[in-house]
Amino acid sequence: MAIIETENLTYTYPGATNPSIRNVSIKIEKGEFVLITGPSGCGKTTLCRCFNGLIPHFYQGKLEGEVFVAGLKVDEHSIHELAKHVGLVFQNPENQLFALSVEKDVAFGLENLGVPRDEIRRRVDWAMKLTGIYHLKDRAPNELSGGQQQRVAIASVLAMKPEIIVLDEPTSFLDPLGAENIFKVIYELNRKFGITIILVEHRLDLTAKYADHIIIMDNGEILLDGETRSVLNSEKARLVGVGIPKATRLYQILKKDRVNLRSTIPLSSDEMAAMLEEVLKSK
Amino acid sequence: MIEVKNVYFTYPNGVEALKGVSLTIKDGEFVAIMGQNGAGKTTLVKHFNGLLKPTKGIVLVDGVDTRKVSVATLARKVGFVFQNPDHQLFSETVEDEISFALKNFRFEAETINKRVDWALNLLGLTRYKKTSPFMLSGGERKRVALASVLAWNPKILILDEPTIGQDYQQKEKLRHFILQLNAQKKTVIIVTHDVEFVAECNPRVILMSNGEIIADGEARKILTDPKIVTEASIVPPQITQIFIKLKNYGFPRDILDIYEAREAILNSLRKGFK
Repeated sequence: MAIIETENLTYTYPGATNPSIRNVSIKIEKGEFVLITGPSGCGKTTLCRCFNGLIPHFYQGKLEGEVFVAGLKVDEHSIHELAKHVGLVFQNPENQLFALSVEKDVAFGLENLGVPRDEIRRRVDWAMKLTGIYHLKDRAPNELSGGQQQRVAIASVLAMKPEIIVLDEPTSFLDPLGAENIFKVIYELNRKFGITIILVEHRLDLTAKYADHIIIMDNGEILLDGETRSVLNSEKARLVGVGIPKATRLYQILKKDRVNLRSTIPLSSDEMAAMLEEVLKSK
Repeated sequence: MIEVKNVYFTYPNGVEALKGVSLTIKDGEFVAIMGQNGAGKTTLVKHFNGLLKPTKGIVLVDGVDTRKVSVATLARKVGFVFQNPDHQLFSETVEDEISFALKNFRFEAETINKRVDWALNLLGLTRYKKTSPFMLSGGERKRVALASVLAWNPKILILDEPTIGQDYQQKEKLRHFILQLNAQKKTVIIVTHDVEFVAECNPRVILMSNGEIIADGEARKILTDPKIVTEASIVPPQITQIFIKLKNYGFPRDILDIYEAREAILNSLRKGFK
């Protein structure tokens, strides 16, 4: 069974007249790096809230259809139980941090799970080093910059070593190099440790190159769902206006001009530059 | 006009955020202030509306020393949209949020209604008029914050990270919208990390690092200069990166967008360049 599976999932927030997501049926396999994108208000965040049980346990409202996460039926298991399998990193780190020091914030989830002290120490240090905040461990999270705070939030989730990490626009507040570092960290977690990554992002220029699988949503429904390169090369993806990577767009334009580029669709400047180099050399 | 003369600023905790910054922003300019987290960008722009006063040096807004007037007085002229909309929003409905400042500035009721509707429409928020801002998505809240400042029509507009959480289409709208405001002679100052957005707008770029200005000039010049970009820890736009990697093939150095890229490549292939 897929690590996340939804079947005809429809959800309406309490008091809302229309559902925020409609008939969503998706499968995410273990170890995949999945990108979820689509216009603001298309239901991306709502869908992610179904993966860790915030919907229906916290938000209530009306849930139809089914969600299975790590083999558990989400509406039959508590948020607490699901937290061992799914870590969630929000858009705004301020909503997530509360402890007096960075180190305590990162350790909090583990303490609650009753993990032995040595193990907590090890995992907290590991998570702080990976996210580049080890030198900030004694600082108060609320004194840090937005970017540093987001790294603390990511470290707290990493420390739990969940099978799935869901990140909802995690680098919005980071500078480009800081963002790239975080994406690399996430990618490493995915490749080295096989953690399933679900990343909600608008900026495909920065992130498409990491993803095996992309889901494009529009107006509460799944518009496109499949392998990243073929989805982003489709006419539908261009028309919905999700901002496909500039390198991919340049490739499409040059192909139309009959430039003899290889048929693999590029997702990054590196890939595009390499393809152009082949053509330029063969001239 | 904003004049910053040799400004130093030290936070109460001892962090020296600005170290001798001087610059002039003329009326009607469109400026992007860029640089790493912690470079001093937000600290600098908070001096433009008097939220922060220099520890040393002087800031003049239309010739007035910001130390000598209240933030409220400056606000009429200098609108500030914060990076995090939650620091700004507090009302029960989007409508109340947008009309709040207008009431404070003592506009007439009819004007207030017109301006609220105008701002809602401009930012695609009309359907949320009676909604609580806190029911909206991050990107939508950001637009409410922007609408509430635009509504009082300040002469100078400061947007701290306006593209955060905005989808591609909203960014496109924001870009048109900024260019339109700028065409109407408004001064627009954005603080941003978004190189793709800046590449598409091509404003004057002021690049900061470590509390100082390290470059000041046209976006095309600054974002395509590998040396400057590395010094400020900025990642160049994707198209520019392609040409930085192809630097041995004799392409022009300052390519920013796809159409320039296409032309450069087709030209080079036509020439049979080796």
